[in-house]
Amino acid sequence: MTDAKDERRPAGELEAAVMAALWAAGAPLTAGRVQTEIGSRLARTTVTTILTRLHEKGVVGRERQGRGYAYLPVQDAPGLTARRMHTELDRDTDRETVLARFVAQLGPDDEQLLRQLLEGEEQ
Amino acid sequence: MTALLLVPLLLPFLAPTLARRTLDRLTPVTALWVLAASAVALAGACVAALGALVLTGLLKLPAFAALGELVHPLRTPSDFLIVPTAMAATGVLTLSAWTLARSALRQSRLFRTARTQADRRPAVGDLCVIDSPHPDAYALPGRPHRIVVTSAMLRSLGPSEREALFAHERAHNHSGHHYFLAAAELAAHCHPALRTVRVTIRLAAERAADESAATVLGDRRLIATAIARAALAGQAFRSTRPDFAPAATTGPVPQRVAALLTPPEQRSRATRCTALLLAACAFLSVCAGATGVFAFHHQVEVAQGEESH
Repeated sequence: MTDAKDERRPAGELEAAVMAALWAAGAPLTAGRVQTEIGSRLARTTVTTILTRLHEKGVVGRERQGRGYAYLPVQDAPGLTARRMHTELDRDTDRETVLARFVAQLGPDDEQLLRQLLEGEEQ
Repeated sequence: MTALLLVPLLLPFLAPTLARRTLDRLTPVTALWVLAASAVALAGACVAALGALVLTGLLKLPAFAALGELVHPLRTPSDFLIVPTAMAATGVLTLSAWTLARSALRQSRLFRTARTQADRRPAVGDLCVIDSPHPDAYALPGRPHRIVVTSAMLRSLGPSEREALFAHERAHNHSGHHYFLAAAELAAHCHPALRTVRVTIRLAAERAADESAATVLGDRRLIATAIARAALAGQAFRSTRPDFAPAATTGPVPQRVAALLTPPEQRSRATRCTALLLAACAFLSVCAGATGVFAFHHQVEVAQGEESH
């Protein structure tokens, strides 16, 4: 079940998708699990290649699990400073002017409306 | 002459209503261009008119009249009218310049901090993940573009919803939406009515990114659910914070979701024409402002004895 369109996406976007899956899991993932987590639109070998490349860059760590490796994101020293930066940005309520935020704050009625929508989707 | 200079000061009060109409009736990308261009034009005409009023007032003072080499007194409406108007214009212009400078300084400092921190991180494509319990995501413009996402945001979304989020943020970066947001910010500091237009421009930028992401992924419902889930995840975190103040009206998030869930409609030519009323308003404002400034310039030349009446 490999989508040719996904294989042709820029390498950076594929790396980002894999990295996002590792962060979302919050626990070490094998290449097979990563493949499932990103919607299994990539060949297993492609996922393994991406994971190896990310490990060489030093952004993911790995540990032995069975015959292969399980991968997890590395929280490095720059990561900690980035977190501090984020706290600072967060204090500034007006930062949308330069940085377009994905979602704005909700009003009380908004919350109700969105919950109804998601419930409708899940049924 | 003075009456013409008042037109660019009054016309922006029509802008908030017309801006909403523009966004409702045009495609988000077109609306974004029309809104940003109109806001900048309205702001420019407003500043030019204020400047001309300030100069009129100054040239009434003997010291400045001598400096401007006026040989005759400047012909204006009664001093009882022009002096308070000029004083008010000076106050408004000073206030605008002050808030604009302060905002520009703060924004550029924030942007530089975000940029240096993102640049120090190893690149994983264009993604920069921050380990934080607060669900949040934004596009960071510059070279290279970055998408900054917290680990909590990634955990609150499913695999295809994460792709929807990335496609949305990439659309912001590829279309240079930060330029539009900066233009909106600039305009908002020039006239109080343009502050409401800034909100509409922000919404237009989000709508444009939503539609672009929907085209990339070929699924409008997916973008809608991703936005809804991300907003609810952020809300669960924010409601524990004391500074949370609920908005009175329907916020931008449900508007974006609703727009994605309704199929795009074909609009008639007449509908599109009324959508351009904002642009017409901006054009009128620029014309009135320009005519007013030229008339003022002519009066100054007459007073300098260079031209006859």
